[in-house]
Amino acid sequence: MAEATEATEAAEAAGAGVRRGRVVEGVRAYGLIAGMWIRSTMAYRTSFALTTFGNFAMTALDFVAILLMFSRVDALGGWSLPEVAFLYGLSAVSFGLADLAIGSMERLGRRVRDGTLDTLLVRPVPVLAQVAADRFGLRRLGRVVQGLLVLGYALAVVGVDWTAAKLLLLPVALLSGAGIFCAVFVAAAAFQFVAQDASEVSNAFTYGGTTMLQYPPAVFALDLVRGATFVVPLAFVNWLPASFVLERPYPLDLPGWVAFTPPLVAAACCALAGLAWRAGLRSYRSTGS
Amino acid sequence: MAETTETTETTETTEATGMAETAESDGATGARTPAFIELDGVEKVFDVRRKTGFLKRERRQVRAVDGLSFTVSRGEMVGYIGPNGAGKSTTIKMLTGILTPSGGRLRVAGIDPSRERTRLAHRIGVVFGQRTTLWWDLPLIDSYRLMHRMYRIPDARYRENLDRCVELLQLAELLDVPVRQLSLGQRMRGDIAAALLHDPEVLYLDEPTIGLDVVSKAKVRGFLRDLNAERGTTVLLTTHDLQDIEQLCSRVMVIDHGRLMYDGPLSGLHEAGESERTLVVDLERELPPIRAPEPARVVRVEGPRQWLAFPASASAAGLVARIAAEYPLVDLSVREPDIESVIAKMYAERAGA
Repeated sequence: MAEATEATEAAEAAGAGVRRGRVVEGVRAYGLIAGMWIRSTMAYRTSFALTTFGNFAMTALDFVAILLMFSRVDALGGWSLPEVAFLYGLSAVSFGLADLAIGSMERLGRRVRDGTLDTLLVRPVPVLAQVAADRFGLRRLGRVVQGLLVLGYALAVVGVDWTAAKLLLLPVALLSGAGIFCAVFVAAAAFQFVAQDASEVSNAFTYGGTTMLQYPPAVFALDLVRGATFVVPLAFVNWLPASFVLERPYPLDLPGWVAFTPPLVAAACCALAGLAWRAGLRSYRSTGS
Repeated sequence: MAETTETTETTETTEATGMAETAESDGATGARTPAFIELDGVEKVFDVRRKTGFLKRERRQVRAVDGLSFTVSRGEMVGYIGPNGAGKSTTIKMLTGILTPSGGRLRVAGIDPSRERTRLAHRIGVVFGQRTTLWWDLPLIDSYRLMHRMYRIPDARYRENLDRCVELLQLAELLDVPVRQLSLGQRMRGDIAAALLHDPEVLYLDEPTIGLDVVSKAKVRGFLRDLNAERGTTVLLTTHDLQDIEQLCSRVMVIDHGRLMYDGPLSGLHEAGESERTLVVDLERELPPIRAPEPARVVRVEGPRQWLAFPASASAAGLVARIAAEYPLVDLSVREPDIESVIAKMYAERAGA
């Protein structure tokens, strides 16, 4: 009996811990689960090296396509190769970070369909953290490394008059961009609670989005650029910051200061995605499967 | 353990009318031992949308659980049975906070599961027979280590609980095997251990013996019995295997169409289903069917052997004496009804009513 009350007390203490901060709790759980996947990946180092290289090579082909295009033309939508490489680098690193962190969320639909999401709901940590960390794939670093290499190349050859503002904007844009892509991943996953086979829709916005951002806005139809600015604000990942750094005209004639809004846009996107996630999870909990 | 729960059961046995009213009278007995699990008029209605044409959808409401009321005290071991789609899994999902009830009141350890799901998670253990809570691609021990940290189990307690489970469920050789390579029975044992590392006060098992071979079933049942007896863990299990119930549960709840049809000890279920026992008699030679006194009747004749059905609640003595006096009796035996047929009969009667 004493044992039982002791267990109750321990459980209540842990319960208080949960209330202390769901975010802290979620980050901790994410770290635990991701850490375990990393350890298990590292048990097979050769396999890890090969898959990471494969990831690197696959994404590198994207850039090879751009290089091939530039072997025929001197500019794309008025942007030179180093400038496009700069766009590419910003987009690829931002997306790579988001993909590395929570890319496995696109598999949520399958979990909803086969009911294995239930097993996550009976654990004492936020479901979002569990889904995000599930099958954490360190091999996705390959994409980040490839993006960083292209970005490094662009910075070396692009010829910019660097100012403090421009230098500061670089890391800010990368992190904000990762935040915006994370929000897209979460929102797309939330949508899968309703439409369980919508992972392709989510891919269109995530993988499709990053591919679009690798090209200057001028090559796209105006409506698409508007959509990418005001509906799914991917333009804030690289188009706007890059326009500021490279001193190019802004898409849609936006004012100059918007180049510094990505952190705010990212925060707003994450908040909205969080709400969408809660609504999605609630609909699951009342509908069931 | 059997003795302690028996005493609380007797009050229910005497008034086991077998229908849902029993559940309400439980509330009175529950006042003595504070209810650990409490359901009061719990409902769950699903909106089912069906395609009736291009872009056309028909909306229909399905009542999976319809006004369910019962209480379970600490340390009870309850079997929860019913046909497919009766609402068993839906009930378990509401008790764990996976699903939110559409109506009624539900408390587990004083907590509303759907509102404080993560807080409740520290106090309950769940085993889904058909899906694992373990990490599929990782060695078993990795899942346990993760549970250890996720549930913030104190080190000493974790080691003690793990050692105990490993020994009793014979997991020692499986700890380094990736979960996907385990057989169904091995995986089930692994899952049960995972659900118990954080000392839950209640363990829910949804079909824990489904698909297991006889040996694995026996191991699982033995372990659950000891768990309940030694630790006083409350156990609620759904099953299709009535042997699970016979060997484990002092109390049975039968649910159909989302309603409680019976709540009481296993023995009372026979009366509730108005089941019949069978008297098998071997006569000296082939004879026409025995003219037995009402309500007993011959249901089968095969050579010198005859089968007589009579109410399970009646004594066999009078019937045997009568037959022995009038017929050349060589041998006889009495067969108890199997619950399966009892429950089938209950369902049939309900459907007819």
